[in-house]
Amino acid sequence: MKEYQTITEISGPLVFVETDEPVGYDDIVEIELSDGETRRGQVLESASDYVAIQVFEGTEGIDRDASVRFLGETMKMPVTEDLLGRVMDGTGQPIDGGPEIVPDERLDIVGEAINPYSREYPEEFIQTGVSAIDGMNTLVRGQKLPIFSASGLPHNDLALQIARQATVPEEEEGGDDEGSEFAVIFGAMGITAEEANEFMDDFERTGALERSVVFMNLADDPAVERTITPRLALTTAEYLAFEKDYHVLVILTDMTNYCEALREIGAAREEVPGRRGYPGYMYTDLAQLYERAGRIQGREGSVTQLPILTMPGDDDTHPIPDLTGYITEGQIYIDRDLNSQGISPPINVLPSLSRLMDDGIGEGLTRADHADVKDQIFAAYAEGEDLRDLVNIVGREALSELDNKYLDFADRFEEEFVDQGTDTARSIDETLELGWDLLSMLPKDALNRIDEDLIEEHYREDEAAETVEAEA
Amino acid sequence: MSQATDTDVREDGIIESVSGPVVTARDLDARMNDVVYVGSEGLMGEVIEIEGNITTIQVYEETSGVSPGEPVEGTGSPLSVDLGPGMLDAIYDGVQRPLDVLEEKMGSAFLDRGVDAPGIDLEKTWEFTPEVAEGDEVEAGDIVGTVPETPSIDHKVMVPPDSEGGEVVAIESGNFNVEETVVELDSGEEIQMHQEWPVRQQRPTVEKETPTEPLISGQRVLDGLFPIAKGGTAAIPGPFGSGKTVTQHQLAKWADADIVVYVGCGERGNEMTEVIEDFPELEDPTTGNALMDRTCLIANTSNMPVAARESCVYTGITIAEYFRDMGYDVALMADSTSRWAEAMREISSRLEEMPGEEGYPAYLSARLSEFYERAGYFENINGTEGSVSVIGAVSPPGGDFSEPVTQNTLRIVKTFWALDADLAERRHFPSINWNESYSLYRDQLDPWFEDNVRADWPETRQWAIDTLDEEAELQEIVQLVGKDALPEDQQLTLEIARYLREAWLQQNAFHDVDTFCEPEKTYRIMDAAKTYNDAAFEALDAGVPVEEITDIDAAPRLNRIGVQEDWNEYIDDLEDDIESQLRELY
Ligand SMILES: Nc1ncnc2c1ncn2[C@@H]1O[C@H](COP(=O)(O)OP(=O)(O)OP(=O)(O)O)[C@@H](O)[C@H]1O
Ligand SMILES: [Mg+2]
Repeated sequence: MKEYQTITEISGPLVFVETDEPVGYDDIVEIELSDGETRRGQVLESASDYVAIQVFEGTEGIDRDASVRFLGETMKMPVTEDLLGRVMDGTGQPIDGGPEIVPDERLDIVGEAINPYSREYPEEFIQTGVSAIDGMNTLVRGQKLPIFSASGLPHNDLALQIARQATVPEEEEGGDDEGSEFAVIFGAMGITAEEANEFMDDFERTGALERSVVFMNLADDPAVERTITPRLALTTAEYLAFEKDYHVLVILTDMTNYCEALREIGAAREEVPGRRGYPGYMYTDLAQLYERAGRIQGREGSVTQLPILTMPGDDDTHPIPDLTGYITEGQIYIDRDLNSQGISPPINVLPSLSRLMDDGIGEGLTRADHADVKDQIFAAYAEGEDLRDLVNIVGREALSELDNKYLDFADRFEEEFVDQGTDTARSIDETLELGWDLLSMLPKDALNRIDEDLIEEHYREDEAAETVEAEA
Repeated sequence: MSQATDTDVREDGIIESVSGPVVTARDLDARMNDVVYVGSEGLMGEVIEIEGNITTIQVYEETSGVSPGEPVEGTGSPLSVDLGPGMLDAIYDGVQRPLDVLEEKMGSAFLDRGVDAPGIDLEKTWEFTPEVAEGDEVEAGDIVGTVPETPSIDHKVMVPPDSEGGEVVAIESGNFNVEETVVELDSGEEIQMHQEWPVRQQRPTVEKETPTEPLISGQRVLDGLFPIAKGGTAAIPGPFGSGKTVTQHQLAKWADADIVVYVGCGERGNEMTEVIEDFPELEDPTTGNALMDRTCLIANTSNMPVAARESCVYTGITIAEYFRDMGYDVALMADSTSRWAEAMREISSRLEEMPGEEGYPAYLSARLSEFYERAGYFENINGTEGSVSVIGAVSPPGGDFSEPVTQNTLRIVKTFWALDADLAERRHFPSINWNESYSLYRDQLDPWFEDNVRADWPETRQWAIDTLDEEAELQEIVQLVGKDALPEDQQLTLEIARYLREAWLQQNAFHDVDTFCEPEKTYRIMDAAKTYNDAAFEALDAGVPVEEITDIDAAPRLNRIGVQEDWNEYIDDLEDDIESQLRELY
């Protein structure tokens, strides 16, 4: 292996080296500093007489005397089932003082695209126990469903609640021994030590750590390293899912920090920036992460992704949430207003969406009335939400009886359906029954999204009577 | 491309540098847009710039690990598609490699590199029935025989468009593979079922005609308010989650085209899987055969190489033109053209070209119009008529329609289906905003609707439009003072407009019955709302209070027409009930 001491330029996270032998694009590089420390990096551009290297751990302290070795291969992740229960830093080095990891295989972290022909369409309902998700924006195995949040909001609590409560009901009942096991991969990018502790404490308290693999890049770790952390996490996830049959839930937080790192590298390379300074290829880059969720025909396991991002300025047209929404299969919005009203989890169901819901619910999957109930709740809640603005101007008296019912519906929906707390797990039955309790506040013929037979079966006459009495 | 890669890549040139999908090579003797094989693994690429001794190549596969010094092989031919029987019921990547064949060759569910495969099976035999006889004179484009490609489609074997033509001296009949000669001309030219055509070049036609027939979509809001013509162009812009893909899928399923080419350009893998799983199960409403029998899929998902994303729309439209030449009506959906534009931008910035608006290359607008210009209703060179309709989804950043891709597209296309995040949020689907959208084909298609559906189609539609317009104005007042402050006739209009929205404009793509609505049903739902309107205003004039009019229990049944299989009968009864219940009030 040839060693070079020919660094010509150091700029931001980049190092340029003169070479006299060809170097592969994307290959891994080791840089040894004069004090013996080694850093790792990756080839970003390879020409016949020089290469540009992006250094994961930052260029601080590197000088032109540092020596550079090209390892002749792209970045690999050593994988084994023994990774379960382990905690690593953002570059995959164990930091839990545990035994050395003996890899079963070393896999390329960039990963190849799943052939769309080989995919299996995800349609297996995951019960998260959270009504606003299960009832209104159902998650299925193999889906990528991000949480759109903002600073200061309890997105971590929601992610933890889902990781704790997620089950697939049928398997539970059937006692299906052959069923695959569940694993959680946690990839942290630039989160604070405090947030990291919150996750680790919860994992330890609930015993979830044993079936988890943790990758930690903290706020004070090098930013460039953040670009590989999710790739390590997803490579591990694919291995466990598609070679070891696990159902893997990948939590990636905070994607905003990941994108900031991309922007930093782009700026250092003096690339033509795209919207708001983020690289023009950010869509492609994010897609290469998010599309690593899914199911594959003939394989038992699955990779489900729950990326978390904090929207700068609470703005969902910002490139980070915008590009994410264009790639993922829906999104769950955490809402600042609901949070300040004390609703927990403060999920705003209206802009939230699960695109894989339609095939994952219904008879035999959840319940026959699920789709109609969801549609009707959406319509009624949206109606109530609209009326809230109006009622501020004209007052309740100026509104019709039905409009007043919609207003009450919206209030009760938030207080009873959404606000369930972080420790309650509701079954899908409980969630839908609660839905019917609320819908029965409205007159039958206002339920135009629901099949008439289902109304006959589920509508609560007494509930409707009560609301009439209460008004009288 | 049909050239299968040799295991050894010939050293016609040498790699000079590698930066993502862009590779430069030294000493390569190649022409613009030639296909080349790059590096020792033979990755497929296309020449996109030549400067002195340096050739710039966009590579259709991942370039990790490729290094300067490795060989580059020229093929001497431009990026082309394989044309012939076997393209229907197929799924391709952006450079027409069949994804099922790749899975088999790679032995993996993941896409490996350096594997090539022809776009059509070269060994499979097809039953060829001649349409011309020895002694006949044939010219370029003429149909010489047919092959039953799928239960729905007869594949027409044509004299290649660049042929000189001549007299038929020999013609075969029976089973042949696509490389065997089926017709021989006196010029010595041999014609096979297999042809190639460069994707960036439009296939020749005689002339473009004015389209007069609608492409019926089975979607009420489209057929009813914003119809597209066979041979027309449409854009569907909208923010994420507003319903672009569902609309495109609905068109691919229900549009009354003979052939559907669906291009998934830089979008989700699962959306393509959904099509692959659903379409074989669904019935074409016109022929009763499986939908897949008329469909060709091109899937270059967001995580697949960006250069192949740039080429996938061309691969798609070339295949569409080929079927058009047979005299078929072809509909092409491209989801999403924004991803194609972004691929152009990504490659352009690696070439360090001077960026135009928002970093897009200055030729963005030219490329978009070249592409949409390939749509149209044509007289083909063999005298048949055929059409290519193009429907492109646009994904504007932040949902802001003022960005370059949306704006440049709107300058070209004649139908604009504006998706609206507010409507999507309240689950009004399809969330096509009826105030912003338009179709410039409406007037030229009216005669068709008058002749084939109802003579008063245009008038009834105008009534619906006026009612919805009036609602939009009234809503602004309601926002300030509440509904009860309006005069009774206006309150009634609001109620009627609500039914138009809920019973007519809304349509559930996931409901077995509602998913497809024939034009007659579209008309009758609209007309049922008008029946209620007319009877209700009569009652109002007779002094009946508006609450009583809107309270009749027949009215809410309007919202259930969409899901009725026996809608004709249902509507008959409903209209009777509405009229008699209102009569009872005075
Ligand atoms: N006609 C319809 N009927 C019922 N539901 C619909 C309809 N159109 C859209 N939807 C709902 O909206 C969701 C999002 O639609 P779709 O995936 O088409 O959005 P999109 O505009 O393509 O988004 P993106 O740009 O992110 O790809 C669907 O998953 C579905 O739940
Ligand atoms: Mg889409």
